[in-house]
Amino acid sequence: MSTLAVQDHSVSHDHDQEHHHHETFLTKYVFSQDHKMIGKQFLITGITMAVIAMLLSILFRIQLAYPDKSFPLLSTLLGRFAPNGRLDPEFYLSLVTIHGTIMVFFVLTAGLSGTFSNLLIPLQVGARDMASPFVNMLSYWFFFIASIIMLSSFFIQKGPAGPGWTIYPPLSALPKAMKGSELGMTLWLASMVLFVASSLMGGINYVSTVLNMRTKGMDLWKMPLTVWAFFLTAILGILSFPVLVAGVVLLIFDRSFGTSFYLSDIVLNGKLLPYSGGSPILFQHLFWFLGHPEVYIVIMPAMGISSEVISVNSRKPIFGYHAMVYSLIGISTLSFIVWGHHMFVTGMNPFLGGVFMITTLIIAVPSAVKTFNWLATIWRGNIKFTPAMLFAIGLVSFFISGGVTGIFLGNAALDIPLHDTYFVVAHFHLVMGSAAIFGMLAGVYHWFPKLFAGRLMDEKLGYLHFWATFVCAYLVFFPMHFMGLDGVPRRYYAMTEFPAFNHWLSVNTFITWAAIVAALAQVAFLYNFFHSIFFGKKATQNPWNANTLEWTAPIEHIHGNWPGEIPTVYRWAYDYSKPGAEEDFIPQTVPLSQTMSSNQEHDFEDNPAGLEQFNEWVKVNRPNEEVK
Amino acid sequence: MQTDSEYQTDIKMGFKNLINSKKISALFAAFLLMGTGTLFAQAPAANAPAADSGSEWLGVGYYVLLFLLVCVIVAVIGKILKIYELTLKIQGKKGINWNNFIGIICLVFLIAGLYGAYWSFTVQGQEILPEPASAHGVKIDQMFWTTTAITTFVFIITQILLFGFLFKYRGSEKRKAYYYPHNNTIEKIWTIVPAIVLTVLVVFGFFIWRQITNTTEVKGDINIELTAHQFAWEIRYPGADGKLGESDYQRFYTTTNNLAVSPEDKGSYDDLKADTLVLPVGKSIRLNIHAQDVIHSVFMPHFRLQMNAVPGLPTFFKFTPTITTADMRNRLDDPSFNYLLYCNKICGGGHYNMQKVVLVVTPAEYRLWLSHQKPYASDLVKKEWKIAEAGKKAGTGDNKIALNN
Repeated sequence: MSTLAVQDHSVSHDHDQEHHHHETFLTKYVFSQDHKMIGKQFLITGITMAVIAMLLSILFRIQLAYPDKSFPLLSTLLGRFAPNGRLDPEFYLSLVTIHGTIMVFFVLTAGLSGTFSNLLIPLQVGARDMASPFVNMLSYWFFFIASIIMLSSFFIQKGPAGPGWTIYPPLSALPKAMKGSELGMTLWLASMVLFVASSLMGGINYVSTVLNMRTKGMDLWKMPLTVWAFFLTAILGILSFPVLVAGVVLLIFDRSFGTSFYLSDIVLNGKLLPYSGGSPILFQHLFWFLGHPEVYIVIMPAMGISSEVISVNSRKPIFGYHAMVYSLIGISTLSFIVWGHHMFVTGMNPFLGGVFMITTLIIAVPSAVKTFNWLATIWRGNIKFTPAMLFAIGLVSFFISGGVTGIFLGNAALDIPLHDTYFVVAHFHLVMGSAAIFGMLAGVYHWFPKLFAGRLMDEKLGYLHFWATFVCAYLVFFPMHFMGLDGVPRRYYAMTEFPAFNHWLSVNTFITWAAIVAALAQVAFLYNFFHSIFFGKKATQNPWNANTLEWTAPIEHIHGNWPGEIPTVYRWAYDYSKPGAEEDFIPQTVPLSQTMSSNQEHDFEDNPAGLEQFNEWVKVNRPNEEVK
Repeated sequence: MQTDSEYQTDIKMGFKNLINSKKISALFAAFLLMGTGTLFAQAPAANAPAADSGSEWLGVGYYVLLFLLVCVIVAVIGKILKIYELTLKIQGKKGINWNNFIGIICLVFLIAGLYGAYWSFTVQGQEILPEPASAHGVKIDQMFWTTTAITTFVFIITQILLFGFLFKYRGSEKRKAYYYPHNNTIEKIWTIVPAIVLTVLVVFGFFIWRQITNTTEVKGDINIELTAHQFAWEIRYPGADGKLGESDYQRFYTTTNNLAVSPEDKGSYDDLKADTLVLPVGKSIRLNIHAQDVIHSVFMPHFRLQMNAVPGLPTFFKFTPTITTADMRNRLDDPSFNYLLYCNKICGGGHYNMQKVVLVVTPAEYRLWLSHQKPYASDLVKKEWKIAEAGKKAGTGDNKIALNN
């Protein structure tokens, strides 16, 4: 394993220093090639996009809570999209679409992986920067342009794309089918192609950095779980995103060049259109071949971050490190053969549905293992409740709550009545929406000193932010399960046309207010975040007493991360509260020879020479113990 | 000494800030009152057509002020906490033990959350769909309740462990965590147990799924065609022959013959058109599902039935309704109850209102109802079919030549 690690960790440092001096504003803050700065760019863009997508969700929640009420202010703000103070039904669908697209792709894929893979991979594996800093910079700017294009669709005549974030054709392929399928859809497709390009450039960098640029001693089995998670996430992205591009390109052909990849026997406005022989289901196969790995692309980095944060703050090694890695690998592999569970009721061959059901429920096993291992990690810990720890715990709680409902939806028979109802909305908002965003917030609170040279975020505001958001998220999504069990379909502009749904109106109002409170709670975060960048409490070099490499780097950011030589790694990242050690943590850079009193036989698994030495030391120092 | 004086100045500053904050809060309270006043004053005037252009901001402005007030209160509480902790420090006491505090909140959350979940299950759980009105629906519901029992158990146990551990093992300087990196036996157990439970669920689910979907058409099935387009459903029943005439959009679609029924199929001529989906109870129904423009979805939750309507790809769903509408009205004690068919795949602006009433009746009532339905092949359609037929006969020769090219 260690043969893969790059040994030249004394890269010409003088050159870096020299380079440092010539930085201009443009090269330092805008077209930066430093992984830490690029991580910050991703984070701040991601937060901006998250706030926008959150506001969109509040808009459509208001519509759901007060379907009969007119809000003149909406007309003032949104103009033709909200005539007479009420959202236009097609604009409602656009809001839903763009909320989903931004949250899934721009926040939880680029915002999450982009920030933390960039920040942490080089710092935690011990590299001076990414394998290709220039491509890394391009990755951010492609993402930025994709964001701008996506948002620009709010400023065109017909409004943004509206066929749902899954953009199923023919709805998305026929510009005449709805306003949201016209120019807005074209912009959506263009934005996504750039987004995928960005994601691929990022992913290739993450994978090559992890494989080739680890410091001396950092073999794969010594990497922290965060790096494992980012690494596997990047592989998923590289393998699945191109398939989305294929699907999107064919859709562009259908929309603009008259091909019939997805279209057949279409009658629109009383006219038979000249399409034949295509299959709308083909698009769904292509889309979900990305779409399903995508939800793991969203959740796995959050899981990695939480594993690390929970271990540090429980002052305990992560329970079952190997099992955690293997379950991540298992989830990654299985995620490629479960996509059909989104298509049980599309008319896909029912036998295929049965197969996808089996693979889908198998994926629950590694997920369960992860949950139990987190529980075992906090068991008999010495838990420090930092805001990061609370958010990591929040992830575990949401992952359980949203995960168990996956067992219903993955079951093809149960999916028949539940498909596309609010039950699904509740499920994925808990298991990948709330859980992933909580993982991301845990990361922001935990690594804030690494993001913004040595500052800490305010803990008390962090507590307020956590509890308000956590409670409100449950208040928003828990009742939705029951709406789904009553057969309330998702993506309905109003329930008023169905007297049978009237009894959910009060619940909808309640959910909307809970969502508004949750949104306001984010003000506590935004204030804390931006205030702390400039005025936050100064942190020490290793404020959480953590073991991983990034805390050995100096507080002040320097290009190249470490002055002088990159530290060598001698042990795994989870030696917390090891018996016999003076402190309750032993950084990865401390050699075993310096910690004789806390060493255990297990530490010398691949190291017979070390084991012999250890046994001799035991003979001398602990004569009462029997040497095995 | 030096540190003490520093603390004192800090405290002074803190109090100063506090006083300032109070001033601010008083200011906001005043604003708030004014806001309410204007809001009330504005309320009767809202009906007047000539309300001034900025008036729609007032309601929002009120809430913004309210929020700012909350912010101020939060800031004041924060300051008080800070000062309190500083005072404790000066007196040489330990500050607030936040680990204890959060640990207790975790416990409170656990208890409140469990109660909330219980409340949701019992109150909102009453408002879910009534018993299934189809034969296969009963099996789905059995599967559903088994899964619910297992998952609810797991949900409650794991949440109790999670928040219980957080409370029990909240940090303390006196304790050291227990170094426990792995235990292969335990890990094997909690890999294998979920695997077994899931295998059981998968096997049962798989068989139910196969039973529901692996259907062949048998004699006596009532074929009904459902065709979706933006934003309505078309319903076609077979005539006396019990067979739906074939359809082909590429060849036969016209605005009159809008379901593209083939005149070449003898079975087409006695087909019937209907406005309501009427089903005889206890009979095997085969819904033949089409879409004309975009994907729609036939969703009849009371029958635990859903199947997408895909343009160019006919789908079907076979089921047997078991409870008549009248019977269900009695059971629910709701005389206005109706089974409904909704669209459940996003299909455009009217997606939220694309419904059809579904009536389940006795076979006798069904036969009577059917005898009152109009034929699909109206005079207009027949006329068109004749013209097409004539045109085709005349053009046969040309077609052949064209094909040879």
